[in-house]
Amino acid sequence: MNGYAGQILRIDLSARRSEKSPLPDELVRDYIGGRGFAAKLLWDEVPKGAAPFSEANRVIIASGPFSGLFLPASGKITFASKSPATGGYGDSNMGGHLAAELKYAGYDAVIIGGRASAPLVIVIDDDRIEFRDAGKYWGKGALISEKMLKEDLGEDFQIATIGPAGEKLVKFACVSHDFGRQAGRTGIGAVLGWKNVKAIAVRGSKTIPVYDQEKAYAKGRQMYEVCFSKPGFKEWTPEGTAGVTDWVNEVGAFPTRNFSTTYFEGHQDINGSALRTRIKVTDKGCFGCPIPCGKYSRVKFGGKETYVEGPEYETIALLGGDCALTSIEDVAYANYVCDELGLDTISGGNVCAFAIECYEKGILTKERVGRELKWGDLESVSYLLNQIANREGIGDLLAEGVRTASAELGGGSERFAIQVKGLEWSGYEARWAPSMMLSYMTCDVGAHHNRSWAITHDVATGRDSLTGKADKVIELQHTRPLFDALGVCRLQWVEIGFELQHYEQMFPLVTGMPYDWKQLLKVSERIWNLTRAFSLREVPGFGRQLDYPPARFMEEPVPSGPAQGKLLTRDKIDALLDDYYKKRGWNADGVPTREKLHELGLDFVAEELATCGRL
Amino acid sequence: MKLATRDELCSGCRVCQMVCANENFGENNPKKGVVRIVAHFPDPGRYSVKVCDECGTCQSVCPVGAISKNDRGALVVDETTCIGCLTCVEACPHGVMMTHPSRIAPFKCTLCGRCVEYCPRGAIYDADAKRA
Repeated sequence: MNGYAGQILRIDLSARRSEKSPLPDELVRDYIGGRGFAAKLLWDEVPKGAAPFSEANRVIIASGPFSGLFLPASGKITFASKSPATGGYGDSNMGGHLAAELKYAGYDAVIIGGRASAPLVIVIDDDRIEFRDAGKYWGKGALISEKMLKEDLGEDFQIATIGPAGEKLVKFACVSHDFGRQAGRTGIGAVLGWKNVKAIAVRGSKTIPVYDQEKAYAKGRQMYEVCFSKPGFKEWTPEGTAGVTDWVNEVGAFPTRNFSTTYFEGHQDINGSALRTRIKVTDKGCFGCPIPCGKYSRVKFGGKETYVEGPEYETIALLGGDCALTSIEDVAYANYVCDELGLDTISGGNVCAFAIECYEKGILTKERVGRELKWGDLESVSYLLNQIANREGIGDLLAEGVRTASAELGGGSERFAIQVKGLEWSGYEARWAPSMMLSYMTCDVGAHHNRSWAITHDVATGRDSLTGKADKVIELQHTRPLFDALGVCRLQWVEIGFELQHYEQMFPLVTGMPYDWKQLLKVSERIWNLTRAFSLREVPGFGRQLDYPPARFMEEPVPSGPAQGKLLTRDKIDALLDDYYKKRGWNADGVPTREKLHELGLDFVAEELATCGRL
Repeated sequence: MKLATRDELCSGCRVCQMVCANENFGENNPKKGVVRIVAHFPDPGRYSVKVCDECGTCQSVCPVGAISKNDRGALVVDETTCIGCLTCVEACPHGVMMTHPSRIAPFKCTLCGRCVEYCPRGAIYDADAKRA
């Protein structure tokens, strides 16, 4: 099958068995790859009502038709599961070299089910599938484990690991790879931990067939040449995503002290320039990437050198501004702590900031926490991260995420538990950015920015107006996740203005399928409705009531900085949601209508939702 | 053409391997690329790039004389003469006489220059052109 490796690998951990099957034509036709494969496979394979931590839940690892091919940044892979953080559809994607390697080994997707009786490593070496005892790696950090596995298996293996946080079922445990890339969000590291999977190691030697090799190769060369010709090619790379830090502050959208305000006075000490000039060792690229955003850094604490990939922007926002850390060195160290423990830096920073605010307000006490907590204090943050990853003391509660923690702690802390659907908010405060706010509210996995990064649209088109915002969010929610289905990074398009038409031209050359961009966007809309339906099926009460932001964003005007005085009151939030649902073809509770599902070829979803009483 | 590297510029993206395999084998498979990247992580956090400098060791150790120059001046392996003994692979000082499970004969750089052209970072360059 052109553009694909052609096989799905299914692993039953309980039976320590694996099985290969041909990639189904209709899965390719209707869902393309990556996140599309993940959504459909989860829908089909996870029985309704299965607990996230259960043998019945699955972890899906899926690449796309562009993954591993000769075109810019073709290294994206999706990890998906029924999320322990939200109870609904969860996925997270990462770069690095795993997607490409998995395809060279002969697999477009891996479906991991069951539960191993003892910790193991899944080794995929071309056709050979092996389960190795993971006793010596269990309890070890995610980075250390990867290093040990490279020594044990060979440098040419591409390896995904979990850290202690995944083993201890922290709801925001991530999957780590290539010493610094993470599938960070929605707690998939914890699902692997529950299943006793410490690592997945992959090595492949096969060739990925493409429909028209000669033309695809020529198009690939042209795509690189176009990237090389963009002004951003040289300008953007030196700081990568960290370079946006100043701008986000200038527009009053920077998470600061648990999102209490949106401008951080010390942002010049944790920005891209600080990263580039003070701690960066090298640029570190994912597979095929011409503009590597990965910044590999070194910091010295207590006479000991620490290496970490990052901090990238999201980490700077959540561990930096949101916890008020005052130097790029402190942020980098906290980044390292998260990476080694196997914690998502976004949720990790958000949860720490929440705990510090609780402490400040007397909701958490020194006795309960075990020490003082202070803004801008690396020791406070580092202490909390370790407590969380090991589920010790207050960490056991914080490991559940801010939604659960605030419900338990009370004292009005729900107001400043900054999350949607149980997933902690990422790096853009949105009280003065209605389309960004709507993006977070309606993101299928919870409060994540990457489905629709709409803040530039707000700034460009008027931040006090609600007009046209829902349209833009929907457009972005189809365009951006399409990259996750294709298995390619979106940053060439987002950051240096690489045109979408190139992907459209490449798709038929690679796959032989005559889809134009509009048809590909239709597939993306199908996937979007399917992931929404998955959560409607799985989460009691899912729908409009879980699309609201925290009360802080609707009731507390921004107290300082460029966005001072701004907020989006509940009536505005409702107006945004009404407009969005209508334009999506969903009802007022945010449920896709039968007509919309039919239009998207999702009649089987309509039937299932009717059975559940949701349609 | 003489390939040379600036290791400190490499970001480990493997575009060199991909363009090489596409150019020389018509395949999407970096395992058939003849540039070798060694990643030194987690510390000290850098890459080494290994390319063929046409030193001639492979030719001198080949027991059957299967290695000779192509019209670009690159030493290449004649598959029909090669007996697959892999002596050249062991002897190559840079580890860039390559093997692949799908092939009996090893293979190496043909001096096509695509890696120089498409390395996004300028980490591989033509030392002759630089002198010129």
